[in-house]
Amino acid sequence: MWQKLYEELKDSNFVVITVAMDKTAADARPWIEAAKPTHTSLIDAQHLVADLYNMVNVPTIVWIDEEGRVARPNDVAFGQDTFKALTGIDSAKHLDALRAWVRGEAPSMTPDNVRSLRSSPTRQDQEARAEFGLAFWLYERGRNEAAERHFLRGGELAPHDFMIRRGSLPMRGIDPMGPEFAKMLMEWEAAGNSYYLQLPY
Amino acid sequence: MQTEDFTIIDDGRPVPVPVTLQNDQIRLAPEDLKRALDWELKPEGLCRGSTCILIPEAGSVVTEAGVDLLEFARLMDRPLALDAEERAAYLGTSAGDREEALATLQAPDFTLPDLEGELHSLSDYRGRKILLVAYASW
Repeated sequence: MWQKLYEELKDSNFVVITVAMDKTAADARPWIEAAKPTHTSLIDAQHLVADLYNMVNVPTIVWIDEEGRVARPNDVAFGQDTFKALTGIDSAKHLDALRAWVRGEAPSMTPDNVRSLRSSPTRQDQEARAEFGLAFWLYERGRNEAAERHFLRGGELAPHDFMIRRGSLPMRGIDPMGPEFAKMLMEWEAAGNSYYLQLPY
Repeated sequence: MQTEDFTIIDDGRPVPVPVTLQNDQIRLAPEDLKRALDWELKPEGLCRGSTCILIPEAGSVVTEAGVDLLEFARLMDRPLALDAEERAAYLGTSAGDREEALATLQAPDFTLPDLEGELHSLSDYRGRKILLVAYASW
């Protein structure tokens, strides 16, 4: 999905690192093999990056500059418009802004601006992630019934955290595109919330 | 008292540790706390490296039966997900520590495998602009 962009910009001192939040490498493999990435493509079944960066959904992108500083905090963006009708998100705004930043044609966001746009994890968010961490460990050991309790508890503690709520559906043996997810999404949006929260450009 | 096998998953890293279970209390011997979680019980408090946390006098973190895991997590302000039946607990990162790190705007480093199992770290790419993308098949 990001391979084309990487090919376009790789000579501008730029890399793409994708991280698959799938329950196993086997789940991510068909996607990765279809995309044939030459950029770095990693697997994070445990959702360690989600915890480190306070990510609550996919896709989530972060820009990181040459000094290892966040130049654009967590945002939702797509590499192409395959799901545009579904998500309402146009890939072009982000891609144009990213190209301009990589090529040095546009100034970086100021640190104050980055700070004002980033989100902070709450105590409950971290409790939810601990529940997910325990659930995943149990799931990997085939302790599915016990895992279920903690996946659910995690979702209750952080209802906005779809990295946990939707991301755990395949681990719970539930279709992540099926009726369970449709119900989850409908209830979330009926309560006046957005599934995808995009930053301003 | 007889000890039982227990697993503490310390920020994603599982560590087997013997504990004593009594009512709802899970207690570790101080030497196991040091070995498993790298916190050492000293006269000045619970210490890791040069950092020491004072143990409240009236508290029940440390008793003769050992260090209470739930009280320890509370003292550290770290989230603890517990499954006593499964003899396992996940000790996460506190919101305060996470926020402190994120507020510096320094991108947290991580090391993860690719499809072939080869490990890569974010810091390997220092000196270049990076687009980090978290995605999933779900």
